[in-house]
Amino acid sequence: MKPRWTVLFTLVLVLCCAAASAQETGDPNELRALAQQLAGASLSKMPPILEQLGETGGERVVPLLRALLEGDLYKVKSTDEIVLGVEQGDGYAASDALDGTALGEYPSSDLKKLRVNNSVRVQLRGIIARLTLGSDKVAVRKEAVRNILERPDEEGVTLLRAALLQETDATVADLQRLAIALYDINHTDDPALRLESLQHLEGSVEPDARNTLLRLVEQDGDGNYLEPNPVIRARATALLQNIESKVEFYELLETIFFGLSLGSVLLLVATGLAITFGVMGVINMAHGELIMLGAYTTYVVQQLMPGNIALSILVAIPAAFVVSGLVGIVIERGVIRFLHGRPLETLLATFGISLVLQQAVRTIFSPLNRQVATPDWMFGSLEFNAVFSITYNRLYVLLFALLVFFLLQLILKKTPLGLQVRAVSQNRDMARSVGIRTEWVDAMTFGLGSGVAGLAGVALSQLTNVGPNLGQAYIIDSFMVVVFGGVGNLWGTLVGGFTLGITNKFLEPVTGAVLANILVLVFIILFIQKRPRGLFPQKGRAAE
Amino acid sequence: MNHSLYGQFSALHQLRERAPLFLAVLFGVTIYAATCNLLLAEDSVFHVSTYTVTLLGKYLCFALLAMAVDVVWGYCGILSLGHGAFFALGGYAMGMYLMRQIGDRGVYGNPLLPDFMVFLNWQELPWYWHGFDQFWFAMLMVLLVPGVLAFVFGFLAFRSRVAGVYLSIMTQALTYALMLAFFRNEMGFGGNNGLTDFKDILGFDLQADGTRVVLFVITAVVLGLAYCTSQLILSSRFGRVIVGVRDAEARARFVGYRTEMYKVWLFVYSALLAAMAGALYVPQVGIINPGEFSPLNSIEIVVWVAVGGRGTLYGAVIGALLVNYAKTRFTAVLPEVWLFALGALFVCVTVFLPRGLVGLAQRWRPRPAATPEEAA
Repeated sequence: MKPRWTVLFTLVLVLCCAAASAQETGDPNELRALAQQLAGASLSKMPPILEQLGETGGERVVPLLRALLEGDLYKVKSTDEIVLGVEQGDGYAASDALDGTALGEYPSSDLKKLRVNNSVRVQLRGIIARLTLGSDKVAVRKEAVRNILERPDEEGVTLLRAALLQETDATVADLQRLAIALYDINHTDDPALRLESLQHLEGSVEPDARNTLLRLVEQDGDGNYLEPNPVIRARATALLQNIESKVEFYELLETIFFGLSLGSVLLLVATGLAITFGVMGVINMAHGELIMLGAYTTYVVQQLMPGNIALSILVAIPAAFVVSGLVGIVIERGVIRFLHGRPLETLLATFGISLVLQQAVRTIFSPLNRQVATPDWMFGSLEFNAVFSITYNRLYVLLFALLVFFLLQLILKKTPLGLQVRAVSQNRDMARSVGIRTEWVDAMTFGLGSGVAGLAGVALSQLTNVGPNLGQAYIIDSFMVVVFGGVGNLWGTLVGGFTLGITNKFLEPVTGAVLANILVLVFIILFIQKRPRGLFPQKGRAAE
Repeated sequence: MNHSLYGQFSALHQLRERAPLFLAVLFGVTIYAATCNLLLAEDSVFHVSTYTVTLLGKYLCFALLAMAVDVVWGYCGILSLGHGAFFALGGYAMGMYLMRQIGDRGVYGNPLLPDFMVFLNWQELPWYWHGFDQFWFAMLMVLLVPGVLAFVFGFLAFRSRVAGVYLSIMTQALTYALMLAFFRNEMGFGGNNGLTDFKDILGFDLQADGTRVVLFVITAVVLGLAYCTSQLILSSRFGRVIVGVRDAEARARFVGYRTEMYKVWLFVYSALLAAMAGALYVPQVGIINPGEFSPLNSIEIVVWVAVGGRGTLYGAVIGALLVNYAKTRFTAVLPEVWLFALGALFVCVTVFLPRGLVGLAQRWRPRPAATPEEAA
């Protein structure tokens, strides 16, 4: 019997919802006409129009209402048309208030801002809350609850209580309970209700919950507690301790993630170097500029396909590899091979090349930083809770760094080229006498290392500004990683990169960013004293 | 190996013969510029403007700095990419003295605190600024601070046999770390802006023509003294061991020399030369800021030496003068071309001119009949 009831109930619910949404959809023209009335309405006439807009338009009018609330709604003086305006240069970029289509630009003299007063603002907030709380998207509902949480009022909380009954998503429901509880604690006097409400704060890392609890245990100047009820005070203290330890834990996680993120950048930047420096024994001071070339390649690819930012990054990855790799091969063939066996001269010559490349970029693209857009799928962050979230771009760069690293390992260990590279790095003369074309292997190795630098450039373009000095900022750090990890060993680079990244991020809160950087440098200088060949020294005759 | 040692010995003798020539040219130019500036009227054809004198003074500081690098690189094979750090430290010590000399003539009129400290709302002078109102103390610090740093760094590095490219990168990291540190306002060295707005030195106005000419002459004298001292040191027993270390360090060690101590002391000596160059540079240029620590500056010094030809001392001086003259010219006319030119210079010198201009001149000059030494 029971299942049938459920089915029937669901059916009714679905029908109701369908009816509701059908009503919500309304007639676009009717909506437009309603919105148009705002243009001529005085402040006292506004409330009924807004009420009606909310009822007929449903969720679709939320952007319009929000714009009105934030003062971004304008009327075009000549046509009385209502538009959404975003300041741009001297004028405004206008878009349709209802469906968001762009309407071109207007000089600021053509537009008149629609003004509202405080009572209309309160009403607007109410309508927006009502509409968004009933939305069928979890994220929108969450946002709506959060708005009330930050600015609790009687009306909003009443809406929340109603919404809680129909909430299906557990996280949203938790947030709703928290908001109601916070309101009850702060605005009612019934000790039982307040004590009960405190339960909902347990383990919550929302800043508002923490602030409320802190207020409950606060003392005034004379040492008297602001909160008279000792039971509530005791409970709040216990909850607070629990929450603080939780927050500390999440902050630790966050620091580790930041460290991993920095480490992944260092890894990407240093892997290329580990190949040219570690395997070939060539100091390439132009490595940073090859990274910069990769970043600029990303920029150029984006300029070539402006309509498709999401795809451009994927195109930029092989493009940057090829561009930087080719430049690397040219450098090797043109300069470095003449300086074989003279490492100090190689260092100087490649430094000269780095100056030329920098200036070339400055001449071609201008010395100013270029803007590289981030595709949508890398935007935003993965939120675990109010204090711990991971931004997608850093996450992707971390994964990308690991991917590149393991691909390189694969190339060096499993392909004929990798075999030849290792042979030449271990014993050049022997390799040549068994028929390996060492010249060709040198060029390919250098191209490979340079290409990886280009890949690092693509990743960096998503994290920092792209400018002519991009490479310089990383070159010393990446040398440190290679030296620390041990020359000629990619695993050393991996461990070195992440160790330095995490160390840096743990030092930073204590000492500040710059001092942390200096301390790490000093640490490496001292470390080299103990282990001159790095963490993972190369073994055997090749080491000499 | 035998051949290179032999060649080096004869080169040393040649150089000792050439010291008088070097000094004569140096002092000839100095006295000419000084007298023409002070004695001749401004509209005279032979008048040398104070601007030119200051510029020459600056070049001579760079020449001294290049000589410092040549001492370690040319004679001992230690390629330091961090000599700019010693130069800048010497400069900062001098700058601190000059700052204290400003007294209450600063913008804020505080008799004790330099302007930037007043600006940062500091109440009292940091401990390390005490004593810098005394000239002798400042001069002591000019030598002591870079010297101790060079000793500690050199001792740590050479003892654990960090050599070659590793050492170069370590020295670069050293100057980079110092640059980051000096950029911080909390360090108490004026942060980004460094130290500037100097008024006078030992009571003489820094802007006056007379002071500038005297500073220029002092620089020339110091350069001359440094040249002679370096020649003496490098042609002494100590210097021959140094050259031996350069050519075959392991062999020198096996013969029984403590090569690391030889290297440390040479490194300290070289750092002192660089620090003196910095201390002479600051009053003439009128500013010292953390940019002097930047790795690019240090590596530029190396290129001066490479252009002139390393291992001869006077080659470093010639290289420093030529490259800096070119830089002044280029940056005035075609600023954007300068980095291209400098970059190309790096590549060309290392690939085509491994022994620099001096080497080129020696190759082109018809070889004189073998001297008795060479024949022997």
